[in-house]
Amino acid sequence: MSDPTERVAGRAPLDTATPEVVEPGVAAMLGRQLDYWWTVFRRTWKGSVVSYFLQPWLYIAAMGLLLGGYIDDASSGVGGAPTYLDFIAPGLLAATAMQVATGEVMWPVMGALKWDKTYYGMIATPLRVVDIVAGHLAFAMFRVASAAVVFVLALAVIGIFSSPLGLLASLGSALLVGLAFATPVYAFSAGARSEQGFALIYRLGVMPMFLFSGAFFPVSNLSEPLEWMARLTPLWHGVELCRMGSLETWDSTAVVHVTYLLVLAALGCWFAVRRLRSRLVV
Amino acid sequence: MAVSGTTLARSGAAAERRHGGPPALLHRNFTVFKRGWVFFLTGFLEPVLYLFSIGVGVGALVGGFTLHGQEVDYTDFVAPAMLATAAMNGAVMDSTYNVFFKLRFQKTYDAVLATPMGPRDVAAGEVGWAVLRGGVYSAGFLLVMLAMGLVSSWWGLLALPAAVLVGFAFAGAGMALTTFMKSWQHFEYIQLALIPMFLFSATFFPVTTYDGALRWVVEATPLYRGVVLVRELCTGLVTVESAVSVVYLLLMGAAGTMLAARRLGRLLLT
Amino acid sequence: MVVARGLRKSFGSFEAVRGIDVEVRRGEAFGFLGPNGAGKSSTMRMVAAVSPPSGGELRVLDLDPAQHGSAIRGRLGVCPQEDTLDTELTVRENLLIYGRYFGIPRREVARRADELLGFFQLGEKRDAKVEDLSGGMKRRLTIARSLINDPELLLLDEPTTGLDPQARHLLWDKLFRLKQQGVTLVLTTHYMDEAEQLCDRLVVMDGGLIVAEGSPLQLIREHATREVAELRFPVGEHTALADRVADLAERVEVLPDRLLLYTHDGEEALARVHERGLAPVAVLSRRATLEDVFLRLTGRTLVD
Ligand SMILES: Nc1ncnc2c1ncn2[C@@H]1O[C@H](COP(=O)(O)OP(=O)(O)OP(=O)(O)O)[C@@H](O)[C@H]1O
Ligand SMILES: [Mg+2]
Repeated sequence: MSDPTERVAGRAPLDTATPEVVEPGVAAMLGRQLDYWWTVFRRTWKGSVVSYFLQPWLYIAAMGLLLGGYIDDASSGVGGAPTYLDFIAPGLLAATAMQVATGEVMWPVMGALKWDKTYYGMIATPLRVVDIVAGHLAFAMFRVASAAVVFVLALAVIGIFSSPLGLLASLGSALLVGLAFATPVYAFSAGARSEQGFALIYRLGVMPMFLFSGAFFPVSNLSEPLEWMARLTPLWHGVELCRMGSLETWDSTAVVHVTYLLVLAALGCWFAVRRLRSRLVV
Repeated sequence: MAVSGTTLARSGAAAERRHGGPPALLHRNFTVFKRGWVFFLTGFLEPVLYLFSIGVGVGALVGGFTLHGQEVDYTDFVAPAMLATAAMNGAVMDSTYNVFFKLRFQKTYDAVLATPMGPRDVAAGEVGWAVLRGGVYSAGFLLVMLAMGLVSSWWGLLALPAAVLVGFAFAGAGMALTTFMKSWQHFEYIQLALIPMFLFSATFFPVTTYDGALRWVVEATPLYRGVVLVRELCTGLVTVESAVSVVYLLLMGAAGTMLAARRLGRLLLT
Repeated sequence: MVVARGLRKSFGSFEAVRGIDVEVRRGEAFGFLGPNGAGKSSTMRMVAAVSPPSGGELRVLDLDPAQHGSAIRGRLGVCPQEDTLDTELTVRENLLIYGRYFGIPRREVARRADELLGFFQLGEKRDAKVEDLSGGMKRRLTIARSLINDPELLLLDEPTTGLDPQARHLLWDKLFRLKQQGVTLVLTTHYMDEAEQLCDRLVVMDGGLIVAEGSPLQLIREHATREVAELRFPVGEHTALADRVADLAERVEVLPDRLLLYTHDGEEALARVHERGLAPVAVLSRRATLEDVFLRLTGRTLVD
């Protein structure tokens, strides 16, 4: 608009002396979306009880306890953990955070853009693109947090953690994993024209990571090139962090894991706002 | 009038016969599907990844199991279970999520039923589609198993029809259940059935892990029936359990398809 | 309220709005008319501060949408051409939640929501899911929603599409009242009677440009004759017959289903048609309306 060549010749430019306009900050705008997300939550929480709260438990029971029984008979200790249950529990915690986070920012974003067009309703109000992204991501993180808290408490009951500090460290790591997945996947969804891409994200991203990023067996059991690929995935860093928390085997590599996940989350945020803007503001 | 009642009736019957029937719906689904060959390939990936992760990766930690008195490698043990699970998952996906979407949102069947096609054509068409697609995936997975030397008997040839049968059973049942669903939230119930079956139906460890009533429950689940059937065929250790499974799965699929047809008629032709 | 100069909008290499000048004054009702694809919605979306102009200048409520989009939107009511209701929420929830986006306190939103539901006769459906509403009810809800923040400027993109006659009159009544309260209205419509009734001034757009501007009466006077004779012939004969009646009117418009003869005396023209031995299936003589202006400006006139 400021480009003078765009102005129509022979006319005085329109008055540009703009009055003082104070716009509310992102936090205030988040507050305005609270009612919306609360309503969404009330309506949908029942539908996610199984996959968010029960599923990790079923995996713990089947793999950790039952299959773990056979594994512990065959070997003593897996990847630094005394039992297979100790090994798999933090892995599943990280994996759950990943799955909840990605699920919350795939179909719901597509719905708000394409089926219901709720985002278009929102952008017609004082809400800005950043506010919409922030609102949706905050809700996704709320879901990640509730799933992670329930899971961690249950793990505490079966004695996975030896100290409250370990529990908090694992929980914090899980939240970080959630954030590191939510923001880039949100960016993907914000620009996606069809929901077909989600199947690909799931099949080529989420599922292989779930299976090979050290949640179920140590990545050192993979062949060398595959092991290196596994070590590059964000889930591997998350699993390692969670496991350091629950086994209390801290070392300096934790800094690398945290940095990796934080950078990913920040990049994701930036892309998310950018892609949603180019989708909504045309 | 020169046109007699019988000619009218006959031309009506001809129209009836000429209409597409279930194959017409298969054709529709295939047309949509063709555009997404990437999905075809990646859908095939899922069971293979599970095989490598749990069967090979975790398998390295386990050792093996005894099956009908014979020592079996963990990978040999898990692979047939993955085949049966893949057949189940594929069939359930097609017959629940996709059918629900077409039924409630895309209104595909409203359009189909506005033609000479009837609810039975829709049910048979969708179940047929799920079975067909599941069959292709199963064949691919079997090839992977063959290449890895995980099929140790000529009985293994029958593993493909067995997997198709598992697909049929779950497609029929899934479609019938879908006609009762009102919102996406109800799909949680499907998950509630699928995930425990996947984890506990003697897929990753032998059924002898359980005892007493629990074992009876596990043995009565459809996925267990499928797993037993495919596993016995792939390992060549065939027993009467396989026969039980075949009857069980056939009945389940047929009952489901018939119920689905009736319910579709009730839902759409009102 | 709205000032646009040389306003342009392009999507890639395609120019939907190709430099228009518009000025909407406080308190008036302003209309955009034009055939499908003329660029009306594109213009409305720029004014609504959800679509950045590709060129020219635009001020809405004396603010620049590029800088103060959020503040402008806070004072606007927008009824988009396509409903953007949340289909999974109930009717009332849609209003409540939307009102909160404007930062209106809950209690106040609830009061306004109930008032609007009452006015648009959606009270019975207040707890129904939007999914279960009829098309026209959804439209009414979208319009009600656009009023939740007591806007100073109301943008309505084809508000009455899909409404039954009662609902249409209900909306007109509401719009008259809002205008009396000083609310500025900008609307697009394909119903000429609506434009004639509602708009103080309007522009006709075609191909991204403004082709005429004025009050409904001015436009009729300028671009149409006093009366119009309509002739209907058997299917497919209209083009061929147009030449044979061309000299009977100032202008002849060929529509797919009829011929329009623009003249000062419609009855007289019809009599002359019959004298020539032509036998139309149906005839009608009437006063010219905005529709004739519209057809003239955006249609295909054979003889002028
Ligand atoms: N997002 C978009 N991307 C590409 N082209 C667009 C987009 N939006 C509108 N157009 C094009 O711009 C032109 C004007 O569209 P617009 O929606 O403004 O028309 P309109 O006057 O509102 O028509 P109608 O009466 O059908 O609502 C059309 O050719 C349309 O295809
Ligand atoms: Mg339009």
